[in-house]
Amino acid sequence: MRSDGRPAGFGLTLAAFGGLTFLHLPLAVVVLYAFTTDEKSYTFPPSGLTLKWFAVALEREDVRAAISLSLEVAAISTLVALILGTLAAAAVSRSRFFGRESVSLLLILPIALPGIITGIALRSAFNLLEIPWSFWTIVLGHATFCIVVVYNNAVARFRRTSASLIEASMDLGADGFQTFRWVVLPNIATALLAGGMLAFALSFDEVIVTTFTAGQQTTLPIWMLSELVRPRQRPVTNVVAVFVIVVTFLPILLAYYWTRDGGAVAGQGK
Amino acid sequence: MGVAGRPAPPRSVGNPSTMSMELPVLSLSPLAASPPAAQAERLAVAVRLNGVTRRFGPITALDGIDLDIEEGEFFAMLGPSGSGKTTCLRLIAGFDQPTSGHIEIFGETAEGLPPYRRAVNTVFQDYALFPHMSVGENVAYGLKVRGLGRPDRERAAREALALVRLEGYELRRPSQLSGGQRQRVALARALVLHPRVLLLDEPLGALDLKLREEMQVELKALQRRLGLTFVFVTHDQGEALSMADRVAVFAEGRLLQVGAPEEVYERPRTRFVADFVGSSNILPADMAGPLLGERREASLRPERIKLIADAAEAPAGWHVIEAKVIDVLYQGASRRVMAATETGLELAVSDAGHGPRPTPGSRCVLAFAPAALHPLEAA
Repeated sequence: MRSDGRPAGFGLTLAAFGGLTFLHLPLAVVVLYAFTTDEKSYTFPPSGLTLKWFAVALEREDVRAAISLSLEVAAISTLVALILGTLAAAAVSRSRFFGRESVSLLLILPIALPGIITGIALRSAFNLLEIPWSFWTIVLGHATFCIVVVYNNAVARFRRTSASLIEASMDLGADGFQTFRWVVLPNIATALLAGGMLAFALSFDEVIVTTFTAGQQTTLPIWMLSELVRPRQRPVTNVVAVFVIVVTFLPILLAYYWTRDGGAVAGQGK
Repeated sequence: MGVAGRPAPPRSVGNPSTMSMELPVLSLSPLAASPPAAQAERLAVAVRLNGVTRRFGPITALDGIDLDIEEGEFFAMLGPSGSGKTTCLRLIAGFDQPTSGHIEIFGETAEGLPPYRRAVNTVFQDYALFPHMSVGENVAYGLKVRGLGRPDRERAAREALALVRLEGYELRRPSQLSGGQRQRVALARALVLHPRVLLLDEPLGALDLKLREEMQVELKALQRRLGLTFVFVTHDQGEALSMADRVAVFAEGRLLQVGAPEEVYERPRTRFVADFVGSSNILPADMAGPLLGERREASLRPERIKLIADAAEAPAGWHVIEAKVIDVLYQGASRRVMAATETGLELAVSDAGHGPRPTPGSRCVLAFAPAALHPLEAA
């Protein structure tokens, strides 16, 4: 609805629906063909619908390995990002030090940088340092952009939180740890949760940086890429795609709602 | 130092085991503390600053402050913004450390000690109530930190809230309270810990006029009842004069004068104090010299000048100055007459304003007792 209350013109409505269709129809197609009875080539409409492929996907060892690797990588990257991102946000918003603005910019830069640059840079860095490809090189790659998401959320919340709350807590007898536990953390919790969810979703479907830092291991998106090139059971790829949609979409939706409500929770700063 | 030979209550801030034993037995009931003792024994020094200097880079926020705040007194730190008064309070609270100099709280060296190891508590200008906690949890926070059990701290919080007349507000959120109520919660949250010194940073600054006047009376009564040392920072000279036992006037990081409100008002040492505390006419040395018998600037309070029509009406021994009325401002309880002398000096006169209103442009005579003229030190 338009803010001035008048109904939009027919052309505008059509364009809006066209845009939405363009964005979402491919997703619908992916979901639809997760249920098709065709195995090699798709027909439209599907010749029949079945849940068989979900069972098949669950049976396949390569699918299970890829899913668990992706979940582990996303979980660890998010954890790393939560710790480092929060600390960085606290430092940047709470204290004044030489080069503070540059540090702030450098922290946000990885999200602006194309993944391919980050990927190549990390690959040559790992090569130079002779670090073997492993689970941890993937995690490091993902952490570069996960930290940004957490940092941005935390920094915004820190700005809205009155600095005197921390002083008040210290004044009332709490040491640094107690203050963090009982005053700082509850005030930034929803921001961290939202940041963490976004970071998890980003990591879970990341392809580009992963291709450069993964070595022999196959995360879920990489597995899908290889399936597209050499399909074995095509609908299985679609089943996995549905799984990815669910796993990434839910956290992003939740993060959206939490940060939106976060304003009311932490709004009483002054 | 100040506590020698005085049975000060044992206080081990930061030691949870003794704190938790000690706190529940302390009572906040009004007559438990003994104001008479505190009044009689104006010897103990609660806070002592010795040559305290604080620099922020090239800026000197506090410059060699020497100050003794006595136990049980209501002490005001008065000054315009940027005068160093808040910096001074923060140094006492422990949020900041002096660049040089020495701070003692009840004879104990305080510099280097974090805020949570000092026998002082602070009421913040923005109250700094924890938004994610209820009023009751806010007040009980300091006790929770010290490891006090839930029933004990809830009872103590109830008592503290009763003290500030907020019974039954335990479950509210700070966001549901008015400014005045938040202020009281902040007060209760600090008092529940039985600080020996309570620091208040512009405590009434955010309240409207009516509420501010109410809180002035209430704060003063509370302080008297509990017999605690209150140190409060304000830029409002009226507030400082009406509430404090002693006032310290700060300007540009220096302590200009410390004394009872009457003393600071009646006998300001420098031109700045004369001007900042109340309003004052400053007579230049040329004019005040002959009257004082020494060449010095002098201050003359507007209410000490009498506006008369003829020099003959002046009481015996009074000084008189011929002047011309420039303007008359009606102020309700009084009126303010601006008059210019022959030399062009403008003087403000405050009078009760019952007589006929002087017409601007008319001639008048300003009369004042010799004692009203107060010589100032060269600043």
